[in-house]
Amino acid sequence: MGADLLRNRHVLGWLQAAPLTLVLLGFLVAPIVMIVIVSFWGATEFSIYPAFLWDNYDFLFSSPVTYKVFWATFKYAFITWALTLAIGFTVAYFLAFHVRSLTIQIALFLLCTIPFWTSNIIRMISWIPFLGRNGIANQTLISWGVIDEPLEWLLYSDFSVILAFVHLYTLFMVVPIFNTMMRIDKSLLEAARDNGASGLQTLVHVIVPLTTPGIMIGTIFVVTLVMGDFITVRFMSGSQRANVGRLISNDIALLQYPSAAATAVVLLCTVLIVIAILLRFVNIRKEL
Amino acid sequence: MRTGYDLELVHLTKRYGNTVAVRDLNHVFVKGSYVCLLGPSGCGKSSTLRMIAGHEEVSEGAIVLDGHDISAMAPAQRGTAMMFQNYALFPHLSVRDNVAFSLRMKGVDRATRHARANTLLELVDMTAYADRLPAQLSGGQQQRVALARALVTQPKVLLLDEPLSALDPFLRIRMRAELKKLQRELGITFIHVTHGQDEALALADEIVVMNNAVIEQAGPARAVWATPNTEFVARFIGGHNVITLPGGKATVRADAVALADTGLPATVTAVEYQGASVAVTTQTEAGDEVLALLPEEQFFHSPKSPGDAVRLAWDEGRLHRLRA
Repeated sequence: MGADLLRNRHVLGWLQAAPLTLVLLGFLVAPIVMIVIVSFWGATEFSIYPAFLWDNYDFLFSSPVTYKVFWATFKYAFITWALTLAIGFTVAYFLAFHVRSLTIQIALFLLCTIPFWTSNIIRMISWIPFLGRNGIANQTLISWGVIDEPLEWLLYSDFSVILAFVHLYTLFMVVPIFNTMMRIDKSLLEAARDNGASGLQTLVHVIVPLTTPGIMIGTIFVVTLVMGDFITVRFMSGSQRANVGRLISNDIALLQYPSAAATAVVLLCTVLIVIAILLRFVNIRKEL
Repeated sequence: MRTGYDLELVHLTKRYGNTVAVRDLNHVFVKGSYVCLLGPSGCGKSSTLRMIAGHEEVSEGAIVLDGHDISAMAPAQRGTAMMFQNYALFPHLSVRDNVAFSLRMKGVDRATRHARANTLLELVDMTAYADRLPAQLSGGQQQRVALARALVTQPKVLLLDEPLSALDPFLRIRMRAELKKLQRELGITFIHVTHGQDEALALADEIVVMNNAVIEQAGPARAVWATPNTEFVARFIGGHNVITLPGGKATVRADAVALADTGLPATVTAVEYQGASVAVTTQTEAGDEVLALLPEEQFFHSPKSPGDAVRLAWDEGRLHRLRA
């Protein structure tokens, strides 16, 4: 009887899919469901109680702080996206089309990944002595006579936050773009030249359209990472700037879990909407 | 007869570091002819083609088309167009946009370039597929599109880099007939690189056989086949036996060899029935392998088996002395 059941290919199929389903249910679906549930709970100064209240969302959407912080989050995401795209595309283009030898290509590519052998936090913090009021950057600029006074906006500003973001996440743009570019048949570039396309025209009409899936994957990486980040913003702005991640982490620090959960749900929906919009434009399925 | 529209290679040389891919080539391609560059892989035929196209820099020498040295010009300004081995169609553009690509690069407006592309698609009989993407086409269809894209620039010389090698044998024979027909209709020079001698014989007005970076022999297809200059050409073009005779080597065509009562003694090593004829492979006492293509009736009149001793004969007039 049991053997018969195993021979049934529907049963067998479900069994084979079961481990991954369980992992996803336990570690992805269940936590999200819990966050959604908790976001409807009530809270007083000293307690949290199960309930079904819209209070948390009411408060969130009625507070001007929410809009300001979401706006700041989008701003960080957009500026970081634009910069990582510009740098990432250029680096990937150089690696894929200008470096002829495969060995050098791989060597240079590994070189790009070396910073990732250290932790995020260390890479972030190492900017602080460089950018500080009496840091290397300011001292060097003063000794060259470029400036008389130390630049105040170098550290603990939007500038330093975005600098750290770009530093941390450019590789997430380089890798998928490089990957798609390497799949472009080199004879297409010759064909474009044969058809009278200039270097710029080849870039615009052949390389960029064929690289969009890679650009899109990199965009999703960078946008989701930046929108979900809170530690970079905290360290690099010296706690003077806020994004949605920091809003959540502050609520958690104050043990306001329902409010934190509501903010998290709104952030999750926002990110999903952004990705849905991106996917409307480009079909990335064949890249996966 | 020389005209101003000929394509001429003058002392054309290509070096990659210390290796010489093409050595001091001198040749005139007559306008409106179908020329096949024939040779084994690595003989320099593709490098030669790519230099004419402008995708490979010329190390030394000149390429003269229409009275001008084009060797320093950009590919699109040369009056040549290339059809790539894998067709190199732009995968993100429709068939029509692929064909119209060069016009778009020149800034021709959409209506004009689409009209022109449609004309070319009609020429290669692909009108029905104009809105498809290249991935939705078969190999033969992709090739027609590639052909249309190359011809839309109105080249004086069309360069084809092993255009038939990606197709299956049946389609290959059909496409080569179409290539030939198209060339005759358009009246422009086609330079076709191939390593298949049957392809070259079927298509070419002129065959240029290359080996080791130089031209071994060039001439009308029939002349090259009937009177190969060197042992290499005789062996590469096929259908020939190279025999060592006192005073040098000579060739005799396989279909000119007969089994007779007197002649060169040899032993049969293999017999292959091929329908209309029977291929009898023999080995002479000197160690040369000689193939005799015998008409079917003649062979079965007195059949032979491997191991039999035979004597090979041919008319003295069919023996062709080799220069090298």
